[in-house]
Amino acid sequence: MSNDPKRWVAGHVAALPKSGIRDFFELVAKMKGQDVISLGVGEPDFVTPWNIREAAIFALERGKTYYTSNLGMIELRRAISTYVTEHFGVDYRPEDQVIVTVGVSEALDLALRAFCNPGDKVMFHQPCYVSYHPSISLVHAQGVAVPTYAKDNFALTAEALRAAWQPGCKVLMLNLPCNPTGGTCDRVQLEAIAAFCREKDLLVLSDEIYSELTFEGAHTSIASLPGMAERTIFLHGFSKAFAMTGWRLGYACGPAALIDAMMKVHQYTMLCASIIAQEAALEALTRGWDSVLKMREQYHRRRDLVVRRFNEIGLKCHSPRGSFYAFPSVAGTGRNEKDFASGLLLEQKVAVVPGSAFGENGVGHVRACFATSYEQLIVACDRIERFVQAPQK
Amino acid sequence: MNPVLKLLLEGGSLTTAQIAQVAGFSVSEVEQHLEQLKKDKILLGWRPVLDLSREAAAAATVRAVIEVKISPERGGGFNRLAERLARFDEVESCYLMSGGYDLLVFVKGASLQKVAGFVSEKLSTIEGVLSTSTHFMLRCYKDQGFLLDVGEATTTRLNVAP
Repeated sequence: MSNDPKRWVAGHVAALPKSGIRDFFELVAKMKGQDVISLGVGEPDFVTPWNIREAAIFALERGKTYYTSNLGMIELRRAISTYVTEHFGVDYRPEDQVIVTVGVSEALDLALRAFCNPGDKVMFHQPCYVSYHPSISLVHAQGVAVPTYAKDNFALTAEALRAAWQPGCKVLMLNLPCNPTGGTCDRVQLEAIAAFCREKDLLVLSDEIYSELTFEGAHTSIASLPGMAERTIFLHGFSKAFAMTGWRLGYACGPAALIDAMMKVHQYTMLCASIIAQEAALEALTRGWDSVLKMREQYHRRRDLVVRRFNEIGLKCHSPRGSFYAFPSVAGTGRNEKDFASGLLLEQKVAVVPGSAFGENGVGHVRACFATSYEQLIVACDRIERFVQAPQK
Repeated sequence: MNPVLKLLLEGGSLTTAQIAQVAGFSVSEVEQHLEQLKKDKILLGWRPVLDLSREAAAAATVRAVIEVKISPERGGGFNRLAERLARFDEVESCYLMSGGYDLLVFVKGASLQKVAGFVSEKLSTIEGVLSTSTHFMLRCYKDQGFLLDVGEATTTRLNVAP
């Protein structure tokens, strides 16, 4: 009998590929203490606004240390319902159409577990957030990648969706604006996608975590389009807009029967989200909007800065309409994205993430997060310029 | 709004060259914008924000805030007296207030005696000044948006994250 502990690891877990980001993380970790400017992060550089932190402290002082309702505190669900109506134009009943989760990641996992039978096919656009495909595999479903292209500013098109569709597709995962491309869809593009979903009877899981960070034009939620709320799970959270990544708080809204199915999985696995994070989130929704606007204004200026500089340097880069990621092409430098990222790190001490970490359609690009101070961004762009202009080693 | 003014309002301490990079201007365009702000009397000057309790030579500086009641004048209200008070070098800031007194005056001096002397000999002897109430500042916790001593925890943000 083998003594290898790996014999106990489940086959579908063993088969999951290692995250491409992990390799890069280790490479950067080796350069500790070397004045590395990291554009490789996936979170705001702002600390959670003080009034939100203070609300959590106050809650602790009052002894708020218990479990909450499985669905989350009703006060928070009411505030979420109001916020979603005001900002996204969709009405959800706080009593049975909203569930508070441990980050959007948990909400997405709940949805996949609640709605997928083994073998069901789940469509997702790519490049995409690193966990999308693995989380589909973890529920024994089959991922169907739909490419997005630089020529479309990485918006998802109904044509690409139709070309990738195959019998057995049941769910479509959307992440607009998108990590890592910053691409998003305008209303007309979304209407075409919505029509396709109705035609093929697809359930939509719409992760709109970056929606508040939309710089041009209003963000449109697919759930707000006619006939879509009944087939959409709207997923959102506090991490990006309110700079609350470490609090791990998200939520899902949708038809009561579907939220109830997600709730079953949630109650047997997570029970409820942390009460302290929920108290903080309530403050964020009640009095946090001014902070969101302030942060968005700064991200907007930073985006203009890095996109302008990248294009000057010769890294062709579309202007991302949302998120805090730029996704320039490195094709013009004669390097592939992995060599570019590791060369840039070793020679000029700037970390960016190779686009292929976000799926094969990210080849030839790198992700540069601009959630960093102006001063750092200016220096980072100058270093990237030196790297691109230096003769290749 | 003047785009350079927007950046100044954010409260960072960017150099002219950095402002140019961020706003997408040339350095000379930024200088023109700054010049225009000065002409429009919006930008009055530059001041560093200092924690002088860390500098022994300057630590002796004494600051006080003085509530001043004055009698308004026909035609000019409080303005003539307020402007007269504000001209003293000891006065750092001077505001007209609603409520229990009229002017709130921030003053600075080399010692407690000097500030007290300013109040008793200059301020309160001006005709029209009805009363003063002086409060000396003991310790500063936050000045113009900067926390003193209790800085934010050093960041522990991961260098690479999904």
